[in-house]
Amino acid sequence: MGASFGRGGATQYLQDLANADCIVIQGSNMAECHPVGFQWVEEAQRRGARVIHVDPRFTRTSAIADRHIPIRVGSDIVLLGALINHVLRNDLWFRDYVVNYTNAATLVSEEYLDTEDLDGLFSGYDDDLHAYDMATWAYLSDDSGGAEAAEGAEGTSSLGGDNDKADEAEEHDASPGGDTPPSTIGAADGVHPHGSTLGEASAGETAGSGGPSLQHARVRRDETLTDPRCVFQLLRRHYERYTPEMVERVCGIGADDFAYLAESLTSNSGRERTSAFCYAVGWTQHTDGAQIIRTAAILQLLLGNMGRPGGGIMALRGHASIQGSTDIPTLYNILPGYLPMPLAGQQDDFDSYIATIGNKRQKGFWANADAYTVSLLKSWWGDAASAQNHWAFDYLPKLTGAHGTYQTVMSMRDGGVGGYFVVGQNPAVGSANGRLQRLAMAQLDWLVVRDFQMIETATFWKDGPEIDSGELVTERIGTEVFFLPAATHTEKAGSFTQTQRLLQWRDKAVDPPGDAQSELQFFWSLGRKIRERLAGSDDPRDRPLLDLTWDYPSDDTGEIVPESVLQEINGRHLAGDKAGKLLGSYTEMAADGSTSGGCWIYTGVYADGSNHAADRVPGREQDEIAAKWGWAWPANRRILYNRASADPAGRPWSERKKLVWWDADQKKWTGRDVPDFVADKAPDYRAPADVGGPDGLDGIDPFVMQADGKGWLFAPKGLVDGPLPTHYEANESPVTNPLYHQQSNPTRVTFARRDNLFAGGGRVRGTEVFPYVFTTYRLTEHHTAGGMSRWLPYLAELQPELFCEVSPELAAEKGLEPYGWATIVSPRSVIEARVMITERITPLEIDGRTVHQIGLPYHWGQGNEAVVTGDAVNDLVGVALDPNVQIQESKVGSCDIRPGRRPTGPARLTLLHEYQRRAGLTPATGNEEPGDGHERTSGDRPPGDEEATT
Amino acid sequence: MKLAKVFLDWPVIRQVRQGDLLGRGPAVTSGATRAVRPRIEEADRVVQSVCPYCAVGCGQRVWVKDERVIHIEGDDDSPISRGRLCPKGSASEQLVNNASRVTTVRYRRPYGTDWEHLDLETASDMIADRFVATRRAYWQDHDDKGHTDLRRTMGIAFLGGATLDNEENYLIKKLFTAAGAIQIENQARI
Repeated sequence: MGASFGRGGATQYLQDLANADCIVIQGSNMAECHPVGFQWVEEAQRRGARVIHVDPRFTRTSAIADRHIPIRVGSDIVLLGALINHVLRNDLWFRDYVVNYTNAATLVSEEYLDTEDLDGLFSGYDDDLHAYDMATWAYLSDDSGGAEAAEGAEGTSSLGGDNDKADEAEEHDASPGGDTPPSTIGAADGVHPHGSTLGEASAGETAGSGGPSLQHARVRRDETLTDPRCVFQLLRRHYERYTPEMVERVCGIGADDFAYLAESLTSNSGRERTSAFCYAVGWTQHTDGAQIIRTAAILQLLLGNMGRPGGGIMALRGHASIQGSTDIPTLYNILPGYLPMPLAGQQDDFDSYIATIGNKRQKGFWANADAYTVSLLKSWWGDAASAQNHWAFDYLPKLTGAHGTYQTVMSMRDGGVGGYFVVGQNPAVGSANGRLQRLAMAQLDWLVVRDFQMIETATFWKDGPEIDSGELVTERIGTEVFFLPAATHTEKAGSFTQTQRLLQWRDKAVDPPGDAQSELQFFWSLGRKIRERLAGSDDPRDRPLLDLTWDYPSDDTGEIVPESVLQEINGRHLAGDKAGKLLGSYTEMAADGSTSGGCWIYTGVYADGSNHAADRVPGREQDEIAAKWGWAWPANRRILYNRASADPAGRPWSERKKLVWWDADQKKWTGRDVPDFVADKAPDYRAPADVGGPDGLDGIDPFVMQADGKGWLFAPKGLVDGPLPTHYEANESPVTNPLYHQQSNPTRVTFARRDNLFAGGGRVRGTEVFPYVFTTYRLTEHHTAGGMSRWLPYLAELQPELFCEVSPELAAEKGLEPYGWATIVSPRSVIEARVMITERITPLEIDGRTVHQIGLPYHWGQGNEAVVTGDAVNDLVGVALDPNVQIQESKVGSCDIRPGRRPTGPARLTLLHEYQRRAGLTPATGNEEPGDGHERTSGDRPPGDEEATT
Repeated sequence: MKLAKVFLDWPVIRQVRQGDLLGRGPAVTSGATRAVRPRIEEADRVVQSVCPYCAVGCGQRVWVKDERVIHIEGDDDSPISRGRLCPKGSASEQLVNNASRVTTVRYRRPYGTDWEHLDLETASDMIADRFVATRRAYWQDHDDKGHTDLRRTMGIAFLGGATLDNEENYLIKKLFTAAGAIQIENQARI
């Protein structure tokens, strides 16, 4: 969503779903996974909305929906692309919205070639690097003869932090001369977004609050949308073959269901009506997950459903603060507020860093990235960050590629990691390829687990599956393990950021028991101990730790005061009359060191010295937006891009859907929500050509974080696997891609290793050994890897045992007995589960053959400590990642299923090896077009002779 | 008076008197049932909180008596959840008060076969020592691709955060980044 709209967060608040006239839930079982949020879908239904559930399984969400449409896992882009095609072909798009608020009219480089031209590839693909050079996807510039391409975006600019340098940069711009036509705006020529560059560093998330940067916003446009190079025409052509017939062939969805879905969406979109999409990890956990979401974004833009009540795309996240943990990231590739971690070779110094993230001459608030960066560095290093040392930018470590959790675990297994902190997470059960996770942890020097219970990650060395199989022997595992007890949510004060970007403060109810501590207290204390040990060091590598601002106030029991950390995140004035005062908004941040702020998008949470995350005016005493309950980033706006809820002249599109509008008398934007726009910028304002930043926005540029102010139907930058979403089969799929010869996403990240084998896809040999598709999911009664649910007697009793959902047809084919046992074998592991035979799973006719799908809830793990245990479904899942966000494909895999229990002891591995051998799997199978840049440790030895890793 | 009470407590009379004509309501409650009081009546205080499971962010009210959580239920002030909780949120009192919850440090030495006890301070010191040593041992200023001045350590990794508070994630990212540890990840990637 970041690349489409400029911010990665859910675009609206949960209660707003009640305002929708049609809700499509796809890639989510909302009624069971977000049951309390689902009341707003039911509320919409009570008000007359139509609800459609598109999902492989019939679930409680389907039971409430007006219609359930079963789909083959991993085929979502075909369905959504066909809806786009339907909307374009039948002229059902919202013309005034699309022309003014999206990049439909923008012209794209003459050199751009589509997947229709190249049979599944875009122009710029490099066969060796398995990556794209994005230069040909660029916008055409309206500068006659100027060569913009090489400037700015990817780091050749010397553009500095302040506005005065804009002129200088302009000269620099023009200097290459006019001999490189046509002039374009986008990625720099010859820059590969992969292999040690921005793409591999997970570009998808760096657009969490600020779209991809452009050199400037002087694009060429054709408002009639007829030029064959305009985005609108490219879009039309790209999706021409995504027809209802193709949907039937690839997704297994019949013409009736497709027509119903298309009619529901189009008749409930427009001036008077709006439709919303809801998705969860059913869309993200694919090797083209980011592109599935983008397909929905394109459709919602064409239908005019963004920024309006009852519209939008609701990202349903699965953990209490998962939005917060990307906003203030415990992620390798970003700093707080979606500022990227600097990349060696491209962002080696402060100036080149700033130039690559938010150019001063592009439109919108991301142009002020220098102020956000300097404020962050001032928060972290205080007086040690000065103009002389470029705000201590050098204190930041540099990335050289992807350092995600899966790359780290591979490195760990190969002996490259010494110590590992696992905090409120259970990777032995919850991460893909669990066996690899556990074998990797056995290679560590030390492991710190902080949790409430003895989770499987803490006990793998004594009761893990590999101990049973003999692969690991306790006495030969050298890992030193510390288990430290953690405080629960009632035993500490702090804020969660939930799915709609809303920060909600929790008060502390009681002290933690025994030695249990909050993470805040533990890591504050760890930081002090580390600094004590380094005190007096003159090693320059220790300066960042010693200069770190770490003197937080504590209460009379020695506990750190959490409000003080939230205040640091909010930021302060450091100079002038207001020195020491808390900032009210990120617009007050400056690049001259006169402000601090640990996460610019959260600035304002402590405006006026008051903790607004703790605002608690009861809902019944407020309007439906409930602006005085918690605080939503940015600036307490509840519906993002809400300038688009008004027409180009600033009037609501309709009385029924009014939200924010231009008040001509007071000369400002007003309405029910906080306007997500420059407050006093008139709708008819047109910015001068060379003005960047917020001042450069026209009155009709609602996407204020985008470099051109528009919603992106076509992404000239920002996604490493293509400017337009394209259907590829999963890394492991029994189906041949009927649209292109290119079977799977050519830029997906794979790891060709013997401990991560794949069955391959389509016609590749071996697929017949693993003929069924499995997909993983959650239950209402459990939580992810079970650390917070399998130890609770109530929840354990409600869902005591792992089961697999199979159709009556598959059960008959394989001789599976109801409530008996089944053994499920994937190329990575063998597990057993109770059999649930149910019509909720339907076999689908795909391209003339029957595809059976098997559903597996993934909450159980093998160990001796939990109230309920069972085999870990994630052991079946392999590691193949989306190249934009490095998320694994846990929603689609290939397997076999057979009646009866699995073997125990060494025989379990023997069975696995037998399958691997029969399918002829080698590390290369299914990973033939790898794009990881990661060193391989495979060799081509046949499987089955793996040495015990002890 | 006593006679009157006996008469009035006679079940048929009670049914008529209390309007519970079918005898399926208050007229047939026992003395023990009538004496039952909600446990939250005796609470010392109630605190507003947020459910720690999924990301809907339902409001919770946490009742405390004698410095112990005695009850958790939905907060009907919340405009998002309107007082509702799902099975997990409803069970969260068991998350806090759980018979198998571990509240002391456990330590497994290399090649050890069982847990040992450590006090918190000792364990914290040992972890700090290891942090400093591992950071140095795996320090990287340059790599084989010709990059210099990387200023990082590849020896320390972190996984977690999606159930942590913003303030906690902030301190973790700040500390680890300053230490040069870049392999910091959480559930959002998974």
